[in-house]
Amino acid sequence: MLAYLIRRVAQSGLVLLIVGMVAFGMFRFVGDPIDNMLGQERTQEDIDRLRGQLGLDQPFAVQYFRFLENAVQGNFGVSYRQGRPVSDILLERAPATLELAAVSGFLAIAMGIALGVFTAIRRNGFTANFIMSASLIGVSLPTFLIGILLIYIFSVELGWLPSFGRGETVRIGNWTTGFLTETGLKALVLPSITLGLYQMTLIMRLVRSEMLEVLRQDYIRFARARGLRDRVVNFRHALKNTMMPVITVIGLQLGSIIAFAIITETVFQWPGVGLLFINAIQFVDIPVMAAYLMLISVMFVGINLIVDVLYFLIDPRLRADRAGAH
Amino acid sequence: MTDTPNLEKTPVRDKSRFAVAMESDFVYAFKRSPVAIVSTVVVLILVLSAVFAPLIAPTNPFDPASLNLMNGFTAPMEPNAFTGDTFLLGTDDQGRDVFSTILYGMRISLFVGVAAVLFAMVLGITLGLISGYFGGWTETIIMRTADVQLTFPSILVAMLIFGIAKGVTPVEYRDQMAIWVLILAIGLSDWVQFARVVRSATLVEKSKDYVAAARLIGRKPGAIMLRHILPNVLSPVLVIATISLALAIIAEATLSFLGVGAPPTQPSLGTLIRIGQGFLFSGEWWILLFPAVTLLALALSVNLLGDWLRDALNPRLR
Repeated sequence: MLAYLIRRVAQSGLVLLIVGMVAFGMFRFVGDPIDNMLGQERTQEDIDRLRGQLGLDQPFAVQYFRFLENAVQGNFGVSYRQGRPVSDILLERAPATLELAAVSGFLAIAMGIALGVFTAIRRNGFTANFIMSASLIGVSLPTFLIGILLIYIFSVELGWLPSFGRGETVRIGNWTTGFLTETGLKALVLPSITLGLYQMTLIMRLVRSEMLEVLRQDYIRFARARGLRDRVVNFRHALKNTMMPVITVIGLQLGSIIAFAIITETVFQWPGVGLLFINAIQFVDIPVMAAYLMLISVMFVGINLIVDVLYFLIDPRLRADRAGAH
Repeated sequence: MTDTPNLEKTPVRDKSRFAVAMESDFVYAFKRSPVAIVSTVVVLILVLSAVFAPLIAPTNPFDPASLNLMNGFTAPMEPNAFTGDTFLLGTDDQGRDVFSTILYGMRISLFVGVAAVLFAMVLGITLGLISGYFGGWTETIIMRTADVQLTFPSILVAMLIFGIAKGVTPVEYRDQMAIWVLILAIGLSDWVQFARVVRSATLVEKSKDYVAAARLIGRKPGAIMLRHILPNVLSPVLVIATISLALAIIAEATLSFLGVGAPPTQPSLGTLIRIGQGFLFSGEWWILLFPAVTLLALALSVNLLGDWLRDALNPRLR
């Protein structure tokens, strides 16, 4: 157990070091930082002085180490485009993305499980079949087209919901929230559906197939024979036993929600980290790109690690296998 | 002189190769599946109209001489108020025929998609064969790299590669190079699937007698990998390639839609949708709708074909 944990943590650390190397390489080799910071009228003296100040005359390894040291402290330098520290910009943008991701994640999990159970219990019903076919279309539609479709129906034709932005936000300390105003809540609806739809269909199909598997088991038949009510059998006995793979998938999908927020944020001009990243690519704003890369990889690697460890803790069979092998 | 059996004396084939192919299980399964037939027809129509776009398209949307600004925003099948010209699918803000821009846009979408998948395939097959055949340190490095890359969604990897490549190219070449950078980015984000499948198939094939025989008669590793092992691991590669093509087309459209892909001077279907989105609120729905429907038809039919191919080539599912 301990050996497995240590190996897993070491692997994650190695991945982060490699990603850090890529991010550092972007700084070092994509465009000349000196060029980006000094204007047209510069002397060789200026260049040398700045080179010394930034430590660019040091050996590669020293520079890389210094970069990591700064990155760990949350210091990613200054955005070429906005002229402000990248960490400030990221902190300012983070609440928008996190709120959007939280609402879509909740939507995907709640709706996904509910629809999955429904389609499994009424597996030959008309509504259930309809939902299953509709979900196929949902999987094959690209995210940005779903967003445009929703905007067309609910903003252009019906005029019910806003098509861009966050609405009014309330500031609490360093956090800006859209949960407390009416326009803020309205603005959340379309983007969170767009972002969560794919994950919802994924969870729904998974819950459905797991439920169908479990409902065939003997203990379900016995529970029914004991005269337990349908609701108790379906939710207490069946659903509980399908949760294991569902939790794994939900954990792994959390990362994708943050990554796919890039697309949703662009469609809805949502002022989050994803939109910041896309703009950074368009204008080749290297410090922002590097910071986003580091941030998202810490998140992905962390989630993967947690899911692996959880799996190990929840499923006793895995532990038994490994104990037997040693 | 020797006891080796005469290889020339195979049973005489009394049917042509074509006839044999027509009687195979594969063709039989194809004829029995309406989904496969319909999606093949749709793919064929779309690919052919993209290839022959210059012959089919009523105008060349990138030739300024053929454009008339007065034709801007003409609705589909309605004569323009000023010039009286009628367009099948209407025109955009600059008076470009939407039908023609879709045909030319699909050319770019398909070219980027096919080229990216080919690139990913060659890279993945090469690395997969090498790591499966040689094993050891080479395998560890290649497959761990693949694992690290798989941690991240491929669209994110493609965006990053696009951003870095854009930073490396000098400003004046950026628009010209955009298509090639796009192919590089999507291809590099997609090689892992191929490498994994080829590696595991190579591991199985490597231990078979025919490989040992080839090694015994002194063939070089490169020749063994390419001439002996590769033909035997190709059928799963074909399935992955088809599904990858659908994903690559959608990835290209997504990147172009986000403004980090094909430039407006060489619009793909994604760029056209990006342009069309700007006119959603002013009521010119056709500029957005027709490219979007074309993209959907293309991606969906390639996807369905890939699904069918996977089932048809997998004997366990029969």
